[in-house]
Amino acid sequence: MIEFKLPSLGAEMDEGTLLEWKIRPGDHVKKGDVVAVVDTSKSAIDVEIWEQGTVWELLIGVKETVPVGTVIARLLEPGETPEHAAEEKQQRAAAMTPVASAGAPAPAALAGVIEARAATESRQRTSPAARKRAAELGVDLARVTGTGPQGVINRDDIERAAASNAPAKNRWTEMRHAIAAAMARSKREIPHYYLATDIPLVVLSRWLAGRNEGRSVAERMLIAVPLLKAVARALARYPEFNGHFRDGAFVPGSSVNLGVAISLRQGGLIAPAIRDVDTVGLDELMRRLVDLVARARALTLRSSEMTDATITVTNLGDQGVELVQGVIYPPQVALVGFGKITERPWVEDGRIMVAPVVTASLSADHRVSDGHRGALFLAEIARLAQDPGKLDEPAVGR
Amino acid sequence: MNDATLRQAFFATLRRIAPEVAPEELVPDRPLRDQVDLDSMDWLNFLVGLHAALGVEIPESDYAKLVTLDDMLAYLRGKLG
Repeated sequence: MIEFKLPSLGAEMDEGTLLEWKIRPGDHVKKGDVVAVVDTSKSAIDVEIWEQGTVWELLIGVKETVPVGTVIARLLEPGETPEHAAEEKQQRAAAMTPVASAGAPAPAALAGVIEARAATESRQRTSPAARKRAAELGVDLARVTGTGPQGVINRDDIERAAASNAPAKNRWTEMRHAIAAAMARSKREIPHYYLATDIPLVVLSRWLAGRNEGRSVAERMLIAVPLLKAVARALARYPEFNGHFRDGAFVPGSSVNLGVAISLRQGGLIAPAIRDVDTVGLDELMRRLVDLVARARALTLRSSEMTDATITVTNLGDQGVELVQGVIYPPQVALVGFGKITERPWVEDGRIMVAPVVTASLSADHRVSDGHRGALFLAEIARLAQDPGKLDEPAVGR
Repeated sequence: MNDATLRQAFFATLRRIAPEVAPEELVPDRPLRDQVDLDSMDWLNFLVGLHAALGVEIPESDYAKLVTLDDMLAYLRGKLG
């Protein structure tokens, strides 16, 4: 039997609200299938499953809010019978009930313990009519106190809760809280250091103009794309900036998943990941970036995109500032920023010229890396940006 | 295409990117992207939308001519002949 738990979809998430099940009992699921849509403080997220099996039971209803880690569905493993799963479920329940193993509990006491455990799992007893009414009124069952027999929530309880309900949750207020929690944690726990360097983009701009010339507008590439690619390539040589800091130690990322900071028009921001940026060509990367930005703004992202990022890149150049000193998104250990591309005086081969220049910055976790390596990492990004043709080639010598 | 139809298509496209925009509040001779807060991805999507709505292809080399609302409408009028 597989217990599918509500995953954490970001550093600041502690609960989620089910918006929709994408599966029904009897459905077969495989790795990567979207099984549910869950509302977090940031956005509605398609939640994926990473095991295969057959859906057996769905344990929460639409509009129910449960803490991260709550078992929300049970699945049969390939070849497993419902009878076997039922037996396993009973064994697990018994193992989690200390009274049962202490021997000979009074039946009433045992019922009480099981009842209490059910409540802590947010599986309160709710009458079907009450559940339906709660969905209609948008009442969170986890916050309703049942007055029926054994604390069962009935229709009256729902009506009362709805009447006394605080104003509906505001997504933007919640997003603000989520950002506050993640950023406060970052500044509390991560000893940041900051570096910056100017990168001339004469070659890259010319190369991009040539590539976009004659291309229909829908096929044009943004300059952010080769810059993202340069970051991904540089990480192959400086892996201490790519990964997570967990339980007091750095865990290097097994692939380069770039979190892209995307500001939302209504305010707030979100930084979902583009996976395996080191191995894809530039056209493919552009396609993925367009898709990701569109889905981030429509608030339809997938769970893995919210948690997979191994480093974040922010591009505040569009807002007109030249230098970004970013805050690292935990548990990541670095953030690369690109400012506004402006024409500046630039000296090369003893001659002064006017060149498009971008200031690239690095915020990094001093528990994991030192400024010297950080400086080399930025220099590597600058070097790679001078050879855009090579950026488009498949990864070499990883 | 008359001017009213052009303006209507223009703003309908713009509002798909920036739903909060009120056309009457835009200053016609100030940079559009500053007023509407269009980043480079929004800008690209806006041009893709204009291409779909009006059939006008805008080469990258013409971006510099497209700063204000007046610039853009004049450019599109010229292209639509």
